[in-house]
Amino acid sequence: MIEVRNLVKEFDGTMVLKNIDATFQKGVVNIIIGKSGSGKTVMLKCLVGLIQPTSGEILYDGRNLTTMRSGEIRRLRRDIGMLFQGAALFDSLTVLENVMFPLDMFSRKNRRERRKRAEFCLERVDMLQAANLLPSEISGGMKKRAAIARAIVLNPRYLFCDEPNSGLDPKTSQVIDELISDITTDFDITTIVVSHDMNSVINIGDNVIFLNEGIKEWEGSKSQVMDADNEKLNDFVFASDLFRKIKVAEEIISEEEKGG
Amino acid sequence: MSIISSLESVGEYALLLKRVLTPPDRFSQFMKEFQKGVYALGVSSIWIVVIISFFIGAVIVLQIALNIDSPMLPSFTVGVVSREIILLEFSSTIMCLILSGKVGSNIASELGSMRITEQIDALEIMGVNSANYLILPKIAAFVVFMPVLVIFSMFTGLFGGYIICMVLGTPSVETYVYGIQAFFNESFVWYSIAKSMLFGFIISSVAAYFGYTASGGALEVGEASTRSVVMNSILILASDLVFTQLAMG
Ligand SMILES: Nc1ncnc2c1ncn2[C@@H]1O[C@H](COP(=O)(O)OP(=O)(O)O)[C@@H](O)[C@H]1O
Ligand SMILES: [Mg+2]
Repeated sequence: MIEVRNLVKEFDGTMVLKNIDATFQKGVVNIIIGKSGSGKTVMLKCLVGLIQPTSGEILYDGRNLTTMRSGEIRRLRRDIGMLFQGAALFDSLTVLENVMFPLDMFSRKNRRERRKRAEFCLERVDMLQAANLLPSEISGGMKKRAAIARAIVLNPRYLFCDEPNSGLDPKTSQVIDELISDITTDFDITTIVVSHDMNSVINIGDNVIFLNEGIKEWEGSKSQVMDADNEKLNDFVFASDLFRKIKVAEEIISEEEKGG
Repeated sequence: MSIISSLESVGEYALLLKRVLTPPDRFSQFMKEFQKGVYALGVSSIWIVVIISFFIGAVIVLQIALNIDSPMLPSFTVGVVSREIILLEFSSTIMCLILSGKVGSNIASELGSMRITEQIDALEIMGVNSANYLILPKIAAFVVFMPVLVIFSMFTGLFGGYIICMVLGTPSVETYVYGIQAFFNESFVWYSIAKSMLFGFIISSVAAYFGYTASGGALEVGEASTRSVVMNSILILASDLVFTQLAMG
């Protein structure tokens, strides 16, 4: 579980995150949504300590990140897996070497066991066939899958994903979403996903937080997000024609059910 | 660049060095990166060092032979003077200026592109000290390999002169060979090697600073790499002056 208390981030006097309180439970997918520029990435980077917040507390199962020294932060990070927007695979290493990298760095297992563990994770994301290719030789969706394998190879307790679907086609997006969701429940980890993709929210958003201009406007589950009576959230959700039509269709169906 | 922002950069550079100069997390990983560095920064620079040293050595001997063609001076003077120039300044300072272009831009653009594609963030998130992991092996590899490059440069420089004497015939090859051995002071070789190792440290660490702190896109990475070469050229020439004054003055 990760708790955020009164999180504030200012850049040169402009407040990008405004007093955010949130709780992210273990074993469910937490999604932070919002328009581009609403502060999602800044919030995620604060959560993992890549950006120092101006004030507030970030508690990892009770341990406060904001007061930790750099050595402690580095130890905490061995429990963190992160999927970056562009996958961020090391481009001089093959897919398998990328996945083995955290093990090479931190695990006491011998080489054969490390390799086995990396292959297990690649199998999990269905990428074993591409193990010996370089990142430049595989597609965007494959890069994301390899990056997920690398993120989970050390059995993290916390998983962060920044826009896991950006730049992917709808079908591949769904595969990635389901992978994130399955991993979260299988390994019982605390997962936080940043996204502006409503499809992901509807697919896997167990707990949804809506950020607007640095303010937490709304929080709920995927089943509530379409029926919320928050104007700003509605603007965001129904910006897409598809979701407007779904909403209308749902209303018609429920009218008919009442009528019939 | 204003004075304040230059001072800030110096501070940032010092803080980065502090993170770089710590014991590696995993020694085996360090050695792996170190070997890559020796190859990518050192071994792959041999050819350019050899080619440039050969021609500059030849030109130095040619110029000196033409300019001190005087009955007052013994003809082996050409060998002596050329040797001093090649050993003391050319094979260290001038060669490092050239290497700051090749090696400096290599380091700055590699680290810069890792920065903008979030590969450095990815290392940090894993709990790796990214500055130490990425930069220390490069600095170590380049500094350790530097004496090899300097010695290559000295020999091919003198060899270039030898070929010129063979072609020109004045001074004769024998006189030239006698000249480059006459009044030889071995400490000059050590001095030159020490100096070039200092330059090697400056080139690799300054380039790493510019690359590591790059932000934005591909354009900014190119700019970071250019700025690192400019800054390194100034620093090498300035520290050559200081070093020479301290060691010889
Ligand atoms: N390093 C920074 N310095 C100054 N402003 C920043 C920085 N990073 C982000 N911002 C600003 O913070 C706001 C939120 O950005 P971000 O979190 O990236 O949005 P998004 O929700 O699209 O991920 C933007 O207005 C952006 O300009
Ligand atoms: Mg973003």
